[in-house]
Amino acid sequence: MIELQNINRIFQVGDQQVHALKDINLTIQNGEYLSIMGPSGSGKSTLLNIIGMLDQPDSGSYHLQGKEVTHLSDNKQSIIRSSEIGFIFQFFHLLPRLTAAENIALPMMLAGIPHTERKERTDEILQRLDLTQRAHHKPEQLSGGQRQRVAIGRATIMRPKVLLADEPTGNLDRHAGHEVVKILEQLNQRGITLIVVTHDPELGERAHRKIEFIDGAINIDTGTKQA
Amino acid sequence: MSMGTRDILHFSFAAIIRHPLRAMLVLFAISIGVASIIILTGLGEGARRFVLNEFSSLGTNLLIVLPGKSETGGAMSIMSGATTRDLTLQDTSSLQRHHQIKRVAPIIFGAAEASWQQRSREVSIIGSTSELLSLRHWSLSQGSFLPHGDMTRASAICVIGQKVASELFSQSNPVGKKIRIGDRRFRVIGVLASEGKSIDIDTQSIIIIPVASAQNLFNTPALFRILVETRSRESQEQVKQFIIDTIKTRHQGEEDITIVSQDALLGTFDQILTALTLTITGIAAISLTVAGILIMNIMLITVSQRTAEIGLLKALGASRHQIQIIFIADAILLSITGAALGLLLGQGGNLLIHQFLPTLDNSAPGWAIVGAFVVSICTGLLFGAMPARRAANLNPIQSLVRH
Repeated sequence: MIELQNINRIFQVGDQQVHALKDINLTIQNGEYLSIMGPSGSGKSTLLNIIGMLDQPDSGSYHLQGKEVTHLSDNKQSIIRSSEIGFIFQFFHLLPRLTAAENIALPMMLAGIPHTERKERTDEILQRLDLTQRAHHKPEQLSGGQRQRVAIGRATIMRPKVLLADEPTGNLDRHAGHEVVKILEQLNQRGITLIVVTHDPELGERAHRKIEFIDGAINIDTGTKQA
Repeated sequence: MSMGTRDILHFSFAAIIRHPLRAMLVLFAISIGVASIIILTGLGEGARRFVLNEFSSLGTNLLIVLPGKSETGGAMSIMSGATTRDLTLQDTSSLQRHHQIKRVAPIIFGAAEASWQQRSREVSIIGSTSELLSLRHWSLSQGSFLPHGDMTRASAICVIGQKVASELFSQSNPVGKKIRIGDRRFRVIGVLASEGKSIDIDTQSIIIIPVASAQNLFNTPALFRILVETRSRESQEQVKQFIIDTIKTRHQGEEDITIVSQDALLGTFDQILTALTLTITGIAAISLTVAGILIMNIMLITVSQRTAEIGLLKALGASRHQIQIIFIADAILLSITGAALGLLLGQGGNLLIHQFLPTLDNSAPGWAIVGAFVVSICTGLLFGAMPARRAANLNPIQSLVRH
């Protein structure tokens, strides 16, 4: 469960202060499928970064699975990021020098998981994502859809409870985008909490709970309703 | 949470070979630094060994007795009216009594024209005794050396250097021939083996005659020096005192000799040449520092080019500490490889120099090799640490969003 209370985030841009998040209160149950929409600069990406612990709020509290995480040390935060949260980015962010399989295995390498187990888990994920044939290809040899599937493999290899997707289809054609969404929704059906930030109304509408951001505050929250 | 060393190295290696030009530059800089340390210390050490070796070719446990007292106040002896007495053959004989003295050889030094048939040349003449040969560790290629016997008796025999032999006699055998030295005739009884140059004299172009003959030839009883070989290094001080006392008694209580010990000479040169080696090593170490700064520069560029990757690694669960380790591993991997290349380059350079200067044993000393390695790895660590810390402190979102 994700519980955000009175979260504020203020950026200093030149001599101006930008209040990116204003007193955000948000509770997300485990297993929810949620979309965050809103215009550029409305604060939706900042919120995603705070949930993913890539950014620290200036005030407020954040409980992840019942545990306050904002004041943890860098080391402890990185352990939580590694085991609890998966990220998917618009531009994939695969390491070009590594193969598909190595990219997927990267979080396990950082976590110090032994080689044999890494190999097993990577093979399993490659098969599930239909990428076995592409395991030893470099990202430049893969199509956009394949790249994003590799990124999904990487985001889920540590079996996180929360998946954060920032414009997951923003850089894909319709067909590939649709395929990626299907995979993400399957993951959600298996119990993962799926949070999608998007401009795309069609993608946003698919979520069971929709939140709209305007000017650093939640404008609309359709609330938790079981699908 | 920890990464295996193998993983870190593998990861760094993949990152390094992705930018071969950058890697080559760093490797080049480090290897030149290491190679120059190895070559320069090799040369310095070679020079030191060469000089020390030359000094020990003088003989072992050697004391050199010179006439005249040389003190800091050299003029004082003139002021006090003390006169310098010549060293004589009687002085030499008086030294033979001490049980710690193994050999004594008087030396008279001069130059004269030597000729055989139509050929002649100017030669350095050494007047001495039979002891000289073993005292100076010389050897003969032909014939025999001056015979043992009364050193005050002149005889018309001589031992000649290799070059003198070939210049005067070309192909014919010199032993038994009579040559003219100055206005006297001497029979050649032996030829010195060619040992090249000793530090003080060129043994190839000298003629050795009995000391009494030299006194006659140069018309003086005065000795140039007396060489004394002691039985051991430890007894040198004792023997020195004995020589001073003995000569003083013989010279009416006047202490008018100077004794130079080979050890003192050796020690001085050793110090000078060690200082020289350290100096050039220091200069070479500067080039390693320059390499270090290059590493830092290139690493900083790398960090700014890899911001997206750093952000990503953080998002995937890498701690600040891990990021730092990954970047330091880059620097260390580069510096170790560079050091290894430099070692090859340096040793190769030393071999090449040895081809041109075969008499110089210019192999680099162990401490220089280990030192160059350690310094280059420390350079990698030191100059890699700052960019690594910068990488670790990068804000992950900003680096990710930029793309």
